[in-house]
Amino acid sequence: MSRALITSGPAGSAVHLPAVDMSTSIGDFETPMPVFTASGCAAAGKELDQFFDITHIGGIVTKSVMMNARSGRATPRMAETPSGMLNSIGLQGPGIDAFIDHDLAWLRQRGARTVVSIAGGSVEEYGKLAAKLRNVDGISAIEVNISCPNVEDRGQVFACDPNSAAQVIQAVKRNSDTKVPIIAKLSPDVTNIVTIAQAVERAGADAVAVINTTLGMVIDLETMRPALAGITGGLSGPAIRPMAVRCVWQIHQALPNLPILGMGGIRNGEDALQFILAGASAVSVGTVTFHDPSAPMRVQDELEVALALRGFTTLREAIGYAHRGPDVPEIAEEQE
Amino acid sequence: MAPLQLTGQVLDVRRAGMYTVLSLTAPGLAERTKPGHFLNIGIGGEESGLLLRRAFAIYQVQSRGVYGGSVDIVVGVHGKGTQWLADRRRHDNLSIVGPLGKPFTLPKDPANCILVGGGYGTAPLFMLADQLRERGCRVDVVAGAATEEKLFGTLEIKRAASTLTVTTEDGSMGVQGRVTDVLDDVITKTKADVIYACGPMGMLAAVANVAAARGVYSQCSVEESMACGIGVCMTCVLPVIGDDGVTRMVRSCVEGPVFRGDQVRWSDVGTVPVDTLGAPTGGH
Ligand SMILES: Cc1cc2nc3c(=O)[nH]c(=O)nc-3n(C[C@H](O)[C@H](O)[C@H](O)COP(=O)(O)O)c2cc1C
Ligand code: FES
Repeated sequence: MSRALITSGPAGSAVHLPAVDMSTSIGDFETPMPVFTASGCAAAGKELDQFFDITHIGGIVTKSVMMNARSGRATPRMAETPSGMLNSIGLQGPGIDAFIDHDLAWLRQRGARTVVSIAGGSVEEYGKLAAKLRNVDGISAIEVNISCPNVEDRGQVFACDPNSAAQVIQAVKRNSDTKVPIIAKLSPDVTNIVTIAQAVERAGADAVAVINTTLGMVIDLETMRPALAGITGGLSGPAIRPMAVRCVWQIHQALPNLPILGMGGIRNGEDALQFILAGASAVSVGTVTFHDPSAPMRVQDELEVALALRGFTTLREAIGYAHRGPDVPEIAEEQE
Repeated sequence: MAPLQLTGQVLDVRRAGMYTVLSLTAPGLAERTKPGHFLNIGIGGEESGLLLRRAFAIYQVQSRGVYGGSVDIVVGVHGKGTQWLADRRRHDNLSIVGPLGKPFTLPKDPANCILVGGGYGTAPLFMLADQLRERGCRVDVVAGAATEEKLFGTLEIKRAASTLTVTTEDGSMGVQGRVTDVLDDVITKTKADVIYACGPMGMLAAVANVAAARGVYSQCSVEESMACGIGVCMTCVLPVIGDDGVTRMVRSCVEGPVFRGDQVRWSDVGTVPVDTLGAPTGGH
């Protein structure tokens, strides 16, 4: 690459920086670019393609899809919170068949790298979804949203129990194309996220996506009732960023070889860099896309500058860099 | 045409009753805007803790001039975000995304049209009235609000209308009551073919019912709370009956904000009717 980055230095002077090799991998999925959309924050890419070229970012992570069409929950489905928002959409979607025929077909024709997110109400449903996606072209990876209630276990969320989480990943692994990496998407609403990461890794997950939203609630002071029709909702946005960085750090420390797709409140390139330094191999930009529809592209450009400014020539060198040992003081020794 | 994402500079801020009218530079926006389109504006600058953009119906657009085009919106203060916007001054910069949504559709042949606006819901009706008249349509306006100061632009819209009927709930201006108290009469007098409406949900529901009862075609521009305004988040949905007769939860930001009055399930807004495609089935 002979591109050069130009950014503005102190007093607005132009600073020329060497281009950074931004390529990275999530398991066997090699991507030239590290910034993705986040599931549920980009639909299936078409709308955002009006604001930036979606083939220029790492890829599109599609809204979690289930076997059948889903209407989702009643409104209000969202509430604004300090530096964030609550949502309770209820996985509205067209169902897997219509998704493959329309959304995935469009993404493939558009040439966008695509990570398909699936969600189920039972272990069996996840397995069936994986089977549906087997032999379908144009899928770079499958993200498994396990933050769903298990209808066969009193609505207990899969992501909150290591055994259920592992069962889902096994079912997906068994039914999917061996060449397509499986990314388990974890919930931060657990006592120890490392336990869950270990369980899904043992079950065959090729990577983890960290983090999904954390459960929250707002009371509307006019009605003096919960602001959301669904009562509770998922909190996202910059408000949860420190929690997300902590989760990435803990998982990378315990499982340094498990690739991480990091997310939670990424607003700019420097936020993304925190995730990379904590151990993420790639990142997703979610809620901030609602604030700035070109955010994924902008964050990626800013991340490259942020890396270059710190002397990195490849993104890979920066992954987990914050975990390195203490800096050895430079002693000016004359070498013989 | 794809929406634009641009930085607009505040050209002018003026008060109009309870509202603030902001004029912003917006090169290229006018050429893309049709009556009923909306735009959304980022609140509080780049590091703002208020992440969600606020949506506004496009009130006026100018395609030429020293600024290479500008746009006017009407801001009603509902909370912190809209208060921040109403406090802007000349030369401040704002992040604009638009035009967004599906606009009103105009009749092919000259028709008799009634435009109904509730509160600042009259804002998108000015451009609509002009374009309808250019097509040889007759335009009559009904504007209603709780009080006189909650009406917007009644003097101005008079110029574009054959008749203007004003209602206020407290009787501070025009007929005391609601728009639907006078609508039946206006329909009869004008032999209306089409009703266009913009305003609060309750008013739209009532207008759509009157239109249906009188066999008049209606289009309503809804105001749902929106997180993204561009179709990616699914927060802004309401139950709408499709041409195939099936009810779906549809996004008001991309499939609306303008809907056919007879296709929205007004009394079910805020719920998921049991016969909606993909509605939760009994059991879980
Ligand atoms: C409106 C909305 C819908 C979401 N839908 C999904 C979903 O369908 N599947 C999923 O795995 N995560 C979903 N998420 C979670 C995001 O993908 C992401 O994990 C989380 O929001 C944290 O990132 P952020 O702060 O950048 O948004 C959703 C988030 C939001 C705000
Ligand atoms: S506001 Fe996000 S989909 Fe309509």
